[in-house]
Amino acid sequence: MGGTKYWTWHMAAGVLILFLLGMHMLIMHTALLPRFSPYSTGTDMVKNTLLRDGKLFFTVTYILMLGLGLYHGLYGLRTMLFELTLNSMTEKAVTFVLVIVGVGLFGLGTWAAVIAHSIALAGARG
Amino acid sequence: MPETSHAVRQVNFHVTRYNPESDSQPYVMKFDVPVREGMTVLDGLHYIKDNLDSTLVWRYSCRMGICGSCGMLLNGRPGLACNTQVLHIAETNLTVGPLPNFEIIRDLVPALRSMFDKHRTIKPYILRADEAELNDPAGEFYQSPEELESYLQFTYCIKCGCCMAACPTLATDARYLGPMPLTAGRRYNTDTRDEGRRERNEITGGPIGAFRCHYAGECSRACPKGVDPAKAIQLMKRRLVLDYLRLTRKGKPCQKLHGPGEGKPLTNIAAAPQKTVGH
Amino acid sequence: MDEIKRYDNRLGVWGWLGGGRWGLERYAYILHRITGLGILFYFLLHIVVTSLRAKQIYLWEEHHLLDQPIFKFGEFLVFAAFAYHAFNGIRLVLVELGFAVGKPIEPVYPYKTSLNTQRPLLIAMMLLALIFFVLGGYRFLTAAD
Repeated sequence: MGGTKYWTWHMAAGVLILFLLGMHMLIMHTALLPRFSPYSTGTDMVKNTLLRDGKLFFTVTYILMLGLGLYHGLYGLRTMLFELTLNSMTEKAVTFVLVIVGVGLFGLGTWAAVIAHSIALAGARG
Repeated sequence: MPETSHAVRQVNFHVTRYNPESDSQPYVMKFDVPVREGMTVLDGLHYIKDNLDSTLVWRYSCRMGICGSCGMLLNGRPGLACNTQVLHIAETNLTVGPLPNFEIIRDLVPALRSMFDKHRTIKPYILRADEAELNDPAGEFYQSPEELESYLQFTYCIKCGCCMAACPTLATDARYLGPMPLTAGRRYNTDTRDEGRRERNEITGGPIGAFRCHYAGECSRACPKGVDPAKAIQLMKRRLVLDYLRLTRKGKPCQKLHGPGEGKPLTNIAAAPQKTVGH
Repeated sequence: MDEIKRYDNRLGVWGWLGGGRWGLERYAYILHRITGLGILFYFLLHIVVTSLRAKQIYLWEEHHLLDQPIFKFGEFLVFAAFAYHAFNGIRLVLVELGFAVGKPIEPVYPYKTSLNTQRPLLIAMMLLALIFFVLGGYRFLTAAD
């Protein structure tokens, strides 16, 4: 049942990403949620970024989006590559590389989100 | 009834040829075939074999769309040669090729063994826990019209291979089960007499099973019997997800009807008429 | 039987792209894969670029690097890809959970398949994607921001 398990999570991740990324689009590219982008865009984009980074809600949501997005995207890529009828050695290698890339980027993004959170809080205080 | 035209038009049949003993790869040969309204591709192939090239080889049998032998690629779409009228799909040029996604044995003959091997792996027969009951039944199983309708459409499969030829996943993934075995699996999973769904889920829910289907829908478009394998596979995916999330409700077991001489006699049926012979 | 030479007749990747005349759903599937790959490619770069903010490097601000027209257009493409992928994805999640495909029926020629049943859903999703495509074009390709 391995295929079913991964695919169910893939679909669930897709649905969650729909909402999270939709919100991300609204915040980043529209003026519909001024609470999270109070500074005018253009020259003050960094101020908006720092504002959001300082809020725990955003740090957590960014990490969640990162994890879901990496799983959904890399599992999709793995499915496409495996449909090329590879031999089992190549299959193992592909899975290994994708897991390393996924975990690596997740680590990078999580670390960056946490550091950015503390930078933003320090900036707000000091 | 509308008049059938007797006019003859010349259609070029571009037929794939391949003889493994002399060719390293397939090539296309052109034949000029006189076609009348109502003639099928199978009629055209017979004309070629009788009059133009007796070495042309292909599979056919019933010539009426029920045996599933004559599956071919007709003008780029898989279909049955006996079921397809030449003038419905071509005007002056018709390409006839063997079904893709199978090895070619010779000319228009595909090696369908891979499809049947995959079919066998999903156990296309009723599976019940009680083996003794299966082999020595005490009575019939009752099937209501609703129970029958839940899988009847998927029983119409004639194993022609057209769906397998049309599937984009099978174009690159040789191990994917394919629409025909998955539809057969669905047919047995939904049959209330069967108890083998969880056993089949190991294969159909695995890496070569239903989730390698991405609903391109080409199988259902190609199927000459309206079996709609795409629908069967999506319904199977639903069942697989529900089984994985343990949200499956326990179904009613299939009722057994009593054997002759057992059970309550029905009182509201009319008496048989009097015997008039041998009284 | 095993001594007879056979010719491997698989369409290969050509089968993904063009092996005959196809239906709408198959093109939807191809586009879903292409947009998915495009979004993934952008996403992996996006993670790296935004992670630099931990070192207080704001690439999208400094030197207005990402304001080059090629990046602006690329951003529009990614948004358009997301719009398509998201709406088609909604359709796929519904269909793969067995909604909108219909029940098994007695096939009567001319056959109506699950493709007919889910076609309105496909059209609706394509229209929604088109609306967002236009909105995205307005937002990303005009001089605003």
